[in-house]
Amino acid sequence: MQSVNARRVNRERIMHVTVNGNSHELDNNINLYQLLEQLKVGKGRVAIELNGKIVPKSQFCQHQLSNGDTIEIVQAIGGG
Amino acid sequence: MSISALPESWKAAMSNNIVDKPLNLAGKTYNSRLIIGSGKYRDFQENLIALEKSGAEIITVAIRRVNLGQNSEEPSLLDVISPEKYTILPNTAGCYTARDAVRTCQMARELLDGHKLVKLEVLGDQKTLYPNVTETLIAAEQLVKDGFDVMVYTSDDPLMAIRLEEAGCLAVMPLGAPIGSGLGIRNPLNIRLILENAKVPIIVDAGVGVASDASIAMELGCDGVLMNTAIAEAKNPALMASAMKKAIESGREAFLAGRMPRRLYASASSPIDGAFF
Repeated sequence: MQSVNARRVNRERIMHVTVNGNSHELDNNINLYQLLEQLKVGKGRVAIELNGKIVPKSQFCQHQLSNGDTIEIVQAIGGG
Repeated sequence: MSISALPESWKAAMSNNIVDKPLNLAGKTYNSRLIIGSGKYRDFQENLIALEKSGAEIITVAIRRVNLGQNSEEPSLLDVISPEKYTILPNTAGCYTARDAVRTCQMARELLDGHKLVKLEVLGDQKTLYPNVTETLIAAEQLVKDGFDVMVYTSDDPLMAIRLEEAGCLAVMPLGAPIGSGLGIRNPLNIRLILENAKVPIIVDAGVGVASDASIAMELGCDGVLMNTAIAEAKNPALMASAMKKAIESGREAFLAGRMPRRLYASASSPIDGAFF
């Protein structure tokens, strides 16, 4: 059994973000680059929107994620 | 008479190639007037072979969410169809508002390292996939202002085509028939009217089913044809791609050659004079 304090610490270490419409539980203090690593998304041919704003590829590392963030990760697929 | 005995001027005329200006889009010239899609193929290999056989230099792609949980080692479309070799034309398929279409183009530009050429389509109805032309015009204006090179899918309305050209679109792409219908060029008169007024390339987008449909579009004087389903859903996509390549080329040559007049009655090809019967 975790103590109340330990649970509080855990809760502070955890945040929830929405990635491509699904909720994800993540460690606090991770940036976009680390998110892509965790989700095993290739970083080459994707584009990312963080809370409705496009984040340039070169700035993935600089964008620290916060609880409640909404992230869209898109790629090119077959289409006419 | 052997060929060497012919006058020099004849020989020169016979070796002359057909004079045609290549298709120019956003400052880049293309030898092929066929643009193909990358949807509905069984796999990347089938798509790539069709692309090669079609001779197309431009291929459309859609922008969609990455499938999370998918193996990141698996090749993606752009690993197979190289943006270095082909012009990638991201579309806004599936967008029903100007806002979504603009957002999709912005994502595409980021995805393709600043690439500005896009195929704008804003749909109005799920059953017919007919374009919502008012939203299309709003999106076109915003995208042009934002520096995009816009090729725009629209209905075959000649007045709308003018409005979209005035909005700064670099190519106007009227439908021949609904997307994926394979019904051919249903209203050639409208396509002719659009061509009459146009100062930008007119490319028939959607509706082509077989090679003759593509030829008809080109014989009308269109600058190109964009198709996806006609090739992807053929029993043999590679062979249909090759047929489309020829159809586009022959249709173009027929247009440049200038057709004979249509007549209601026959006109004998052999002279009457000199008949001995």
